[in-house]
Parts: sequence; structure tokens; C-alpha cells
Amino acid sequence: MKRVFVNGIGAVSPVGWTVEAIRNALNNGQVPANACVQRPGWAQPLACRRVPPPNPAPAIFANARLRRSTPITTFAASATLQAIADAKADPKTERIGIVLCVLAGCVQFTRRFYHEAWTNPATASPLVFAETVFNAPSSHVAAILPTASINYTLLGDTSGYLEGIALASDWLEKDLVDSCVVIGSEEIDWPILDAFHLFSHSLVCSEGAGALYLSNRKSTEQTIELTAITDPHFYSNKSQKTDAIKNVRSDLASIASASSLLCDSRVDCKHFDAPEDTVWRDWSTSRLSPKTILGEGMMAGAAWQCVAAIDALRQTQTTSAVVSISGCLQQAVGASFARSK
Amino acid sequence: MLFPRPTGSTPPARVVITGVGIITSLGCGWKQNADGFRSGRRAFRGVTLFDVSRHRTKIAAEADIPTDVPLRKLHARAAHRLDRASKLLLTAADEAVQQSKIDFGAASLHKTPIVLGTTSGGMGMGESYYRTAIDNPLVKAKQATRILQYLAQTQIAELAEALGIAGQTISIANACASGSNAVGHAFEMVRDGRADVVVTGGYDALCEMVFTGFDSLQALSQTQCRPFDSTRDGLALGEGAAVFIFESAEHAKARCAKVIGEIVGYGAATDCHHLTQPQPEGNAALASMTAACKSAGLSPEQIGYINAHGTGTPLNDSAEANAISRWAGEVAPKIHVSSTKASIGHLLGAAGAVETAICLMALQGQWLPPMTSTQTADAACKFSLVLKPTDAPLEYALSNSFGFGGANASVIFRRAE
Repeated sequence: MKRVFVNGIGAVSPVGWTVEAIRNALNNGQVPANACVQRPGWAQPLACRRVPPPNPAPAIFANARLRRSTPITTFAASATLQAIADAKADPKTERIGIVLCVLAGCVQFTRRFYHEAWTNPATASPLVFAETVFNAPSSHVAAILPTASINYTLLGDTSGYLEGIALASDWLEKDLVDSCVVIGSEEIDWPILDAFHLFSHSLVCSEGAGALYLSNRKSTEQTIELTAITDPHFYSNKSQKTDAIKNVRSDLASIASASSLLCDSRVDCKHFDAPEDTVWRDWSTSRLSPKTILGEGMMAGAAWQCVAAIDALRQTQTTSAVVSISGCLQQAVGASFARSK
Repeated sequence: MLFPRPTGSTPPARVVITGVGIITSLGCGWKQNADGFRSGRRAFRGVTLFDVSRHRTKIAAEADIPTDVPLRKLHARAAHRLDRASKLLLTAADEAVQQSKIDFGAASLHKTPIVLGTTSGGMGMGESYYRTAIDNPLVKAKQATRILQYLAQTQIAELAEALGIAGQTISIANACASGSNAVGHAFEMVRDGRADVVVTGGYDALCEMVFTGFDSLQALSQTQCRPFDSTRDGLALGEGAAVFIFESAEHAKARCAKVIGEIVGYGAATDCHHLTQPQPEGNAALASMTAACKSAGLSPEQIGYINAHGTGTPLNDSAEANAISRWAGEVAPKIHVSSTKASIGHLLGAAGAVETAICLMALQGQWLPPMTSTQTADAACKFSLVLKPTDAPLEYALSNSFGFGGANASVIFRRAE
């Protein structure tokens, strides 16, 4: 199988519109302030971590395709353009594939449009409806690049982001594309916070995006290489979740070295973190838990894990990293990256 | 491991279809649907699932779901939780498994992957969750169930549980091309040797939000859906599901499975023209058909029938007609084209899957599904529209699906040997 290199990374998160902002936040351990979102019918607002307004606003904001889009698209587009710029790639000369992974998707306009449909369908806005479709963000990203190559939007548990990377690798292997961006993007609205609140009162959700630019060609000598993605391991309860993460660790045992960096999916919420804590308790070398700082960003959170791990490989002497993603509901998947030789 | 995949020098596998399950407004199962499509029967009625008194359009192609949805290995208590979309999916899957006579209890099939296409998953449950959250903000009962059932990942997990398998699950949401993308992706998984067997298909149920969305876009016909008619005025919405068992020919032969048809090519492309409108010349449609032919090693003159996307909207049909005419060139007049959305409406994420089933029916029965509502062909159609029930020798059929966001997919099927 052809080698796959991560030539570029990009991110938008509650700590800012760059990868550097995530690096600084993780290094400093500085948790961004929570924002409050009013939930209709409740006196108490719901807490979350939102992406701050960019300053200055990226030039991409002026693109006609982003005029009516919701934040999920803006985040996805910005992270993608960062990753492409980081890779010094030229969209005009490449067949760039797109894999967009979402769990909640375009929830702001979906909530807004359904409210219109429910209360008075005769005046529901067609402009809003078009932006509710799951693949609207990936369509906008394709138009902005622009690229006419293959483009999938995948729905699923957060560990599905790594399956998205595997899909991109397959496309590269088959020469369907010259390169591929794999994006995880989410936006916050009260129904999402309300939904998570049904399962945990301490989990803090967040929004943003992360993107990897993948190619079979090395961009520099310091390029990071994808070395493994495990099969998905499924669970439907807590004990099965522990077993699933154990299986991920076992799958990666032959690839990860004792000095590898571990980037896990803990969210600073005991209920959700317990299985991952149990499985990785004895991990003795360095460890990153980006979502304890950035919040539960769903598919964006999974992308941040990969971005943080790759950035750490670039910035430190660490030669390899393991990413462990246990999803919100259903499956655990792991991956490993290494400094390319 | 998903990466790196085992490498080998084996040639691409031939991919055959050994099980088909289908439910649409024409009925439940292969026979009722084949009879309906062959005769060009139209199955629309006034919407009963939600209030449409304030909508411009009041008809759709609702499916009659069996009272006893086949749960197979899914726990009985799950039956009370199932969304309408899940019921359609499980009903179609049960027929596909029965037809294929495949034993998912075999250890070698435990990791069988599932690839599905959908546009809205369990949106009906999402609507119910939202209404409850607004009307009774302090009520929590059943809200967790509603939100879980809204997620497409829950529906695909339920299907896996029903079938007793635990392989990779992939939900593709490429708008109205989702079903074809899922079928095409499953084809590539088997052809490339990543799986011997894949369960694939598409599903979508009618729901208030999506119906209102198309109504607000004024995309719904005020008369009847008449694909490629010069006076067409819009699409009609429908619902349904189709599920398939794809296998390598070798695997099917080893277990003496009856082959219904073969899938031989898949192509996809992205149209960057507009979020909801196709590029007028159909450039991406042309690209996806060309890519599918390249994947199959075929040329346009070998395609006997095209199941067109053919929504019946002025913009889609003219762009697709241009694309087909350009793609086929001089042989266009010899190629038969119809859109079965004239019979069952537009099934969105299920469309590509259901139209896959229709292509397999046509190839097996050697007939062409007509569009009995279309009277006067649009001048852009340089090909042969199927307007009445017709028998014809068919070797290859191509199915087009194009969606919002510029998602374009084409899949090619071959008659069983």
C-alpha cells in the first residue's frame, strides 16, 4: 500500500482560529471560559465552549458561498484552507478529494428551519433549508477550493473521523485523487447541549473544526506519516467500552513504541473518561488530552486530537504518536502517526 | 486494520448481488415493486403522516410499512423505539437476507461491513424530540431515546444488531446521491478485496421538515411528477428503502448462491456550480457517468438503459439530458432512458439504492420501466425516453443520482450470467 503523509493541518477551536492557539492552550493548560446558551423553557442556561470571533476575519469570509452558511461551514472551510496552506499545496493543480465527518452537523439551521416548518410552513425559508443538508459544508468547501473530485460526508460516532482518514487513504491508493482533506466540523446550538445534558450534566460541549491534508507525496523532510488505523471496536455499555479501547491498544501494540505520545479522547468528565483511564492508566510517557481543554467537540474534537498529536510530533523530539478515540456512543478506533523517515 | 490494508496481487473481484430487499409506495418486496415499475404504475396519495394543510403541495408517495417489522436478532423492546426510517430499513434488509440465503451466523461473516446512504436518518424522531423540548421543556422521559433514534449511526447499529454482525459501519450523507454512493462504495470494498460480503443500501422516510423544505423551495410539482416532459413542473417526494447483499463472485459461487445481477462500475464527481442547482450543461453528471464507464471498462454504446436521476424539476432534467446526450454522443438515440421517480417520487437518500433495485429488476426481467406521466419529451433529450411498458434485451444498465451540494454518482449493473 502507498505511504500516506500528513502534509498539512488546520484547526478552529474555542481557543482560536489556528493550530498554534491549540498548541499554546494545551501547553499552558488554560481552559477557555464557558459560554452560556439559553435553552427555551429553562431558567438556567447551558454551558459550552464556543469559537471566539476571529480577529481579523479571514479573507475567506467574503466568499459568496459563505454568505448564508452557518458556522460549521465557516469552521470547516477555514481549517481546510489552513491545512492546504500549511502543505503549500495548490488546489488549482491538484485533484483534491474531501471527506467531511460530522456527528451533529448543521444543527443551527436545522433547528431554525424545523421551527419554521412546525409553526408556519407557508413562510419557511428555502434559503435556510438548503443549509440544513448534511453535505452543505463539504459542498461549500469544494466550491471554495475549488475541486470537482470525489467528496463524501460521513455521519457517525466521533471515532468515525479516523475511518474518514482511512477512506481518504483508499482514494489515494486507487489514484482517485492527488490529495485529500479530511475534516471534522461541528457547531453548537441548544438542542445539542440539551441532548448531551440528558446523559451528563458535567460534560461541556464545544464547536469548531480540524482538518488534515493527506497525500502520497512528502512535502518536507519533517512530514508526518500515517502509520496505522485500527478496525472499529464496538460497544453498547461501559464495560464493553473498556474492552473496545483495550482492543484498540492491542491493535496498536506492535506499532506504538514505549516513547510514543498518547493523545486520548478524555473530556474531563469521570463518567465518560473512566474506560479510557482504565485502559491507558499505565501509559508512562507523554500524554495529551485536548478535549479536557477544548471541550467535547464531537467530530471536531476527534480532528483536534489528530491535529494536536501531529503538531506535537512536529514541535517536539517525539517520533511517534498514538491517537485513541472512543466515541460518544458506539465505537473506539485508534491511529498512529510518526515522523517520516 | 483499516490502514495499512493488506496488500496482494489478486485481480479485482467480480461483485455480484445475491440479495435484494425493497419497500416503496408501490409495495413491500421485489414482486410488488417489479410489477409496479414494469407497468409504470404511479403510487401517490395525500400525505397522512403530518399536517400539510398550509403547504402548497399535499401529495407524496407514502409507503405502507408492515405492522410486524422483521426484527431478526434485534431485541424485541427495540421495536417500540424504532423510527419510521428504521422500520423501512429493517423491512428491506430482511428481504435481502432471505433472498440471498446468507448465514450471518457463520464466524467468517461476523465482521461483514454495512454501508448505507441516507439524507435525514431518523429525522422524524428528531422532530418529535424538538416538539417535546419546546412544548414540555421540563419533560425528559423518552427524550434520550428520541435523540438517539434521530442519529443515523443508531439506525445502522440497529441493522447490524438485527443481522448479528459487527463489522465496520459507514453512513454516507451525500444528499440525494447518498444511496448510489453507498452502493458504489460497497462495490469498491468487495472489488478491492477489503470484504467478501457487504450489506449496503439506502433509506429515507418522509418527514415534515424535509417535505416543508422542498415545498418552500417550490420544487414540488403542483400537477404530477413528469420527468423529462417539456412542461414538467417539479418533483414529488417519496419514501422507502432498498438493501442488498453484495458478494465477490467467488464467495457467492462457493456457497452456491443465486446471483441476481452484477455491479461493474461506479463513478462520482462534485458539481461546484451552486448548492441546490446543477451546472446547466451537466458537467459533473457527465464526469460521474464517464468515471463509472471507465471503472466498468465500458463505453456508452454498451449501456442499454439509464435509470436517470430525472426528478422532474426543470433545472435537473435539462442538465441531466444535456449530460447524457454529451456522454452518449452519436449513440444517444439508441439508449433508453427513464426516471422511476414518476412512479414513486424522489426517495432522497434511498433513491440511488431503490433505483439500483429497479435496474436489477429490469436486467433480470429484460424490460424497461416506463414514465407513464410524461407526454411530450423535452427537446434536450437526444435519447430514447421510455414512455410505455416495453420489453427489451438488456445487458448493462446505468443509474444516475445527483444531489444537493453537487454530489453526483453513477453506478453500472450487468445482467446475471
